Amino acid sequence: MIAALEIAGLSKRFGGLPATQDVAMRVMPGERRLIIGPNGAGKTTLFNLVGGELRADAGSVRLFGTELLGLSTQRRAHLGLARTYQILTLFPRETLLHNVVLALMGLRRLRWQPWIRLAGQRALHEAAQAALARVGLADRAARIVSETSYGERRRLELAMALVQQPRVLLLDEPLAGLSAEERGAVQALLSAIPRDITIVMIEHDMDVALAFAEQITVLHYGQVIVEGTRAAVVADPRTKEVYLGG
Amino acid sequence: MTGLEGVGRWFWLAAAAVALIALPWLMPNDFYVNLASQILVYAVWALSLNLLVGFAGMQSLGHAAYLGGGAYVCAWLIANAGLGHAAAALLTVLIIGAMAGLFGVLALRASGLGFLMITLALGQILWGVAYRWVDFTGGDNGIRLPSRPAPFGLALNQPAPFYYFALAVFAVVLLVMWRIAQSPYGAALRGTRDQPRRMSALGYNVWLIRWSAFVLAGFWGGVAGLLYVYYNKFVSPQALSLQQSAEVLIMTILGGVGSIIGPVVGAVIITLVKTVVSSYVDRWNTLLGVLFLVVIVFMPEGVVPGLRRLRRRFGP
Repeated sequence: MIAALEIAGLSKRFGGLPATQDVAMRVMPGERRLIIGPNGAGKTTLFNLVGGELRADAGSVRLFGTELLGLSTQRRAHLGLARTYQILTLFPRETLLHNVVLALMGLRRLRWQPWIRLAGQRALHEAAQAALARVGLADRAARIVSETSYGERRRLELAMALVQQPRVLLLDEPLAGLSAEERGAVQALLSAIPRDITIVMIEHDMDVALAFAEQITVLHYGQVIVEGTRAAVVADPRTKEVYLGG
Repeated sequence: MTGLEGVGRWFWLAAAAVALIALPWLMPNDFYVNLASQILVYAVWALSLNLLVGFAGMQSLGHAAYLGGGAYVCAWLIANAGLGHAAAALLTVLIIGAMAGLFGVLALRASGLGFLMITLALGQILWGVAYRWVDFTGGDNGIRLPSRPAPFGLALNQPAPFYYFALAVFAVVLLVMWRIAQSPYGAALRGTRDQPRRMSALGYNVWLIRWSAFVLAGFWGGVAGLLYVYYNKFVSPQALSLQQSAEVLIMTILGGVGSIIGPVVGAVIITLVKTVVSSYVDRWNTLLGVLFLVVIVFMPEGVVPGLRRLRRRFGP
């Protein structure tokens, strides 16, 4: 069976400092994969290499068999890769609805149209409204992003990634900075994502993350040190050593 | 880009159109009609720069390259190559558009201050060519345009007909900018200004969007150059100078980059200060500086958005 995301020999150095060293990973279609590791383990760097925001020094990243390294970030998006950001990356002066509309337009030819009225695109705006409803933001659609709460922005991040209808979705700490109540809400949203979307998630909230993921990869100093099922990784002494502070 | 809404907006738009059309009758003499024509030329030019500064968030200090370049190419084609007006105008905007395409590739190697410096350098190169390559450009003497064009048999030699010609071009450019602002492409352009990283991840080609805006700005800058050389019937290296690039940037920022009408208001203010005030006061440059400071301190977003903010706060 062809892997949804197959990483092999992936390496990246910043000056003399190795951030990612010979990382290999195979994520199957429909899988929920969790990536954990202490601060500075290279988790976000790994996402940036897969997404194309950083150029890898060596290795291979394949999305359903298609080599991604060497392709631009936007090309990878068109091939079915989407991501959210640990540090919110939204359009702060625009409405929530417009943020989702921009996300919807990214993969459509419509984005090059200089002469038609964007506001007149009924179907597009209805789709955006539906996406906001899906993450519980239907009544916030007309708000400006800078006037919304942090939890609402996290959910907007998720809505924008989901409307891209990705084949592989990279979630970078989707629960960071949320209250216990909000975490529950986002957790429910994540569980509702259909299985035709493969998910790779970085997360520090172990209760939520462990409940969500079937397979876990532990990164430490840019290397994969443990990988396997939830039970196996949690029981592994090396996991305790590097991550759980054993 | 909101502000005046609904019926009120259309009322003011119609009133402004009527006032602009009636202007030659309202003015006491030709001096003021010519002044209005000059303002329109600069307004077209400032609108073209606003595509970069306002929509795309890229500050250029080399926009004289397109005004002066367009003026030079057109004058050269007519005076030295013997082309007719229609062919010269068409060829000019094509050449200037192609030049913008090349300059865009070079300038977009950098962003922010680096981008500004490259546009400045490219502008200075053109200025140097115009100034030093005397055999080709006439050097300091410039090139004279033998006559203004006569589109559809309409002689543009009198102030009022030329004013209407400039007004028609201005209206077209204003419409184009307004449509772009409302379009998906305009939304994408603003997206690359605010969050380029996210735009790439969403599937947008950020470089190509910026480059296309650069070419559009250059193209419409070239159109302003045509108007400029038709009006003055003469072009010299002064049209390519850094002073010109700085003035148009100040027009755009002063009027307010966040709105379509901002650059137009900026063009009105700067041109009035330059031509009217300078006939009474020697130090009009100082006055311009003070004016700019006052606006930046009290309305950092520019005159038009600033007045809208005041109107929301104190208005009915």
